[in-house]
Amino acid sequence: MLLKNTSLKWFGFISAVLVMLLLMCASVILGYTDTSWRTAIDSFTNYNGSNEHIIIQTVRLPRALIASAVGASLAIAGVLMQTLTKNPLASPGIFGINAGAGFAVVAAVTLFSVHDLQAFNGLAFIGAAVAAISVYGIGSFGREGLTPMKLTLAGAAIAAMFSSFTQGLLVVDEAALEQVLFWLAGSVQGRKLETLVSVLPFIGLGWVGAVLIAGKMNILSMGEDVAKGLGLNTGLVKIAIGIIVILLAGGSVAVAGPIGFVGIVVPHITRSIIGIDHRWVIPLSGVLGAILLLAADISARYILMPSEVPVGVMTAIIGTPFFIYIARRGFNGR
Amino acid sequence: MKMNAIETKKLSLSYGETLIINELDLKIPKGEITVFIGGNGCGKSTLLRSIARLLKPKSGGVLLEGKAIAKLSTKEIAKKMAILPQSPSAPEGLTVLQLVKQGRYPHQTWLKQWSEEDEKKVNDALKATRLEGLKERTVDSLSGGQRQRAWIAMTLAQDTDIILLDEPTTYLDMTHQIEILDLLFELNEKKKRTVVMVLHDLNLACRYAHNIVAIKDKKVFAQGKPEYVINCSLVKNVFGMDCEVTMDPLFGTPLCIPYGKGRCILDKAVAMNG
Amino acid sequence: MSKYKNVRLFKGKLSFLIDRKAAFIFTILLLVTFLVFVISTGIGDMKINPLTVVKVLFGGGPEMEKLIITSFRLPRIIVALMVGISLAVAGGILQGMIRNPLASPDVLGITGGAAVAVVGFLAFFSDSNNALTVSIAWLPLAAFLGAGVVAFLVYFLAWKNGVSPIRLVLIGIGISTLMQALTTLMMIMGPIYQASQANIWITGTVYGSNWKNVATLVPWTVIFLIIAIVAARTINIQELGDEVATGLGGKVQKQRFLLLMISTALIGSSVAFAGGIGFVGLMAPHMARRLVGSSFGALLPTSALLGGILVMVADLIGRTMFSPLEVPAGVFTAGIGAPYFIYLLFKTRNA
Repeated sequence: MLLKNTSLKWFGFISAVLVMLLLMCASVILGYTDTSWRTAIDSFTNYNGSNEHIIIQTVRLPRALIASAVGASLAIAGVLMQTLTKNPLASPGIFGINAGAGFAVVAAVTLFSVHDLQAFNGLAFIGAAVAAISVYGIGSFGREGLTPMKLTLAGAAIAAMFSSFTQGLLVVDEAALEQVLFWLAGSVQGRKLETLVSVLPFIGLGWVGAVLIAGKMNILSMGEDVAKGLGLNTGLVKIAIGIIVILLAGGSVAVAGPIGFVGIVVPHITRSIIGIDHRWVIPLSGVLGAILLLAADISARYILMPSEVPVGVMTAIIGTPFFIYIARRGFNGR
Repeated sequence: MKMNAIETKKLSLSYGETLIINELDLKIPKGEITVFIGGNGCGKSTLLRSIARLLKPKSGGVLLEGKAIAKLSTKEIAKKMAILPQSPSAPEGLTVLQLVKQGRYPHQTWLKQWSEEDEKKVNDALKATRLEGLKERTVDSLSGGQRQRAWIAMTLAQDTDIILLDEPTTYLDMTHQIEILDLLFELNEKKKRTVVMVLHDLNLACRYAHNIVAIKDKKVFAQGKPEYVINCSLVKNVFGMDCEVTMDPLFGTPLCIPYGKGRCILDKAVAMNG
Repeated sequence: MSKYKNVRLFKGKLSFLIDRKAAFIFTILLLVTFLVFVISTGIGDMKINPLTVVKVLFGGGPEMEKLIITSFRLPRIIVALMVGISLAVAGGILQGMIRNPLASPDVLGITGGAAVAVVGFLAFFSDSNNALTVSIAWLPLAAFLGAGVVAFLVYFLAWKNGVSPIRLVLIGIGISTLMQALTTLMMIMGPIYQASQANIWITGTVYGSNWKNVATLVPWTVIFLIIAIVAARTINIQELGDEVATGLGGKVQKQRFLLLMISTALIGSSVAFAGGIGFVGLMAPHMARRLVGSSFGALLPTSALLGGILVMVADLIGRTMFSPLEVPAGVFTAGIGAPYFIYLLFKTRNA
């Protein structure tokens, strides 16, 4: 733990928020069409329909906001999943949520001829929820109940299943492939602000829920039996956590498609900075998640300029070394 | 002088940076039952596992019948020494017979997978552990005591002079504990196997062991026959506990009774005079 | 009649114990495999009588049918059979090594590595007209290399004083996710036609198999199958845990490496020729376990046959049910596999 006492923690948190705001501004300004800070402010106060103003308002701003919101949500969802399953490598992606969302979207496009990008949201949500519930349910079957290994493998199996079906559908309907391919990669680019707004209530609810449940999560992380002994209604808390994860991860997937690794990596970084008290970890993870995704998105613009690497691929590339490091370290840090 | 089955020379063991055992010298006699005792985390399991070559020493060495185990191939060691680790797990659906058959592994080759000797040893092992009737049952369907007997049968089929067991009676109820220890005692008596085990229960250790090794402070604190070695002062030193050591009324071996709280229903006068 | 039969030949130099029930089940499965093979060969655009198929297989039969069977049907079905066998055996080995019945080749990222190699191959070796500049015959090699490289990578990254099953699985999943991301990236960067091609391959299909494929695949599969069955005894002791296995004189790390190599060889070859057919490696060993028990000497051959049957059936359904459309077999192995998997877990919940 880097920041040991409360005043240090507040300092750390506020600094992080400032960095996030800085990156949001950077995200608005930087890119293929470089604009300046002045121009950005002007687009709000003196909107004059110029190219740059248009780009800022309709492309960059939504993008920055979406990256922040999605990054924050995924990171917080990651914290919740890791505590719930006592698996330091848990994340929405590993549990098939992304694959389920993808399948729902593709199925809608190929089987029901849904082409409305807006509709993708709701569908992704539903797909994510179904996948999450299945994985949780399946991982709980068997002698030992929910063990990390079983959950991981169940998640991998469900993800594989949904992937196969998705691919199968795309084989049959080639035209659909073109429509959904970019969505499937996970990106904060090219999404409209309306999408974010429509999903914001859910994500917002998720954020509030996560902050409220932080205290109870501290107790839950001491073990099922100990928590019950202390009077915690573990069943209800777990369900609440599940719902919050679906709101956060489902909402994120609905807006930006499947983006991985943010949910795994950020909680670890947060914990090494600020300790394991969820009341600190959850908010700081949100901020750090936003920072990570903003940074990934900004660099995604420059790597293959002028074309763009989807941010989902960036996070995979950045996230994998981290993931491997954590996996090698072992579950108990041994 | 009795030959030593196993010897350690200046053996040091560590987990990562933490030193668990420090330059420990130990001689384990052949044909006897030796039991390691000590407080929680004193390193007795670690010591046993390194003797079984499951853990590489930081420095120093282990000699098996006079030869350094670092120089022997793992198969050669397996023909002389069997180990039953703590809480072993068998895959679902494995039958007792299939488990016991695995004990023959060090004696088999790609082509010779079921020689007459293999068959005989497996049958003998099943007989010695009284599991013939259960040999087609799956291991996970057995009771705790039966399951442990099955694992012991596997080590028996391995047909080694030395058998090492890491806490073979933990998690078993009293009846099953005695069942297992009686079996091991018989194997030592009738088949002359050297048995080395880690036990938690001091009184059972005193009853069954020919030779007790008390581990403290990363070294051997004391070693010898229980009746010579176990006394209040040793128990205080090794376990940090005050106790009375009397004679077990059935076996005559040392019986350790700890002080502390509890319902004392003795007549005060009797209690005072002991 | 006793449950077992001792087999001792050459004055004891060769000895085995055979479980009669397992042997019986194996024989039945062998018959079923042959039946499925024959019937599957007979079904298609032109329906051919099974008896005719058998005649052709033995060298006779009418000319027209012979042509169709030998030119189109046989290569494909043989490849399906070999692929099924390979994946099933590899899956069985991995499940034994990882000591978890939910383990499968897909989990180790090996299939993902092959996918990246394939998509990369299609992306790099295409000119501006979307035509391949290099013969498509090189595709299987690319897939195989991709699988091999990833297998080594995962093993290397999981090594820390040895390889533990859980580390192997977790790192495999991480790498596998990375591979998926890279695959999607390449599909996006390239023209859509390639994405479509790649997608078909990734889903897993035996469409377009020819005799050259068969000539490579059959010996490879058979050799590794034999090696795997002979290595069965090392899997048996590994299943008891690293400590017990070492205690019994097994060289755990060396054997683990060897087993991983065998699995990779089998997975690599099937992925090279048939794409990413999933779930076979998961399902077949399970079903085999239920039929013949947990001893690998019986489990691997049984698993192999079940895998072969599964893929042949999946291919058959894919070919015929949505005629004239060809749905890749991989869709059906997933379609059968996932529900079966869920049913499995549901059934064992009270165990």
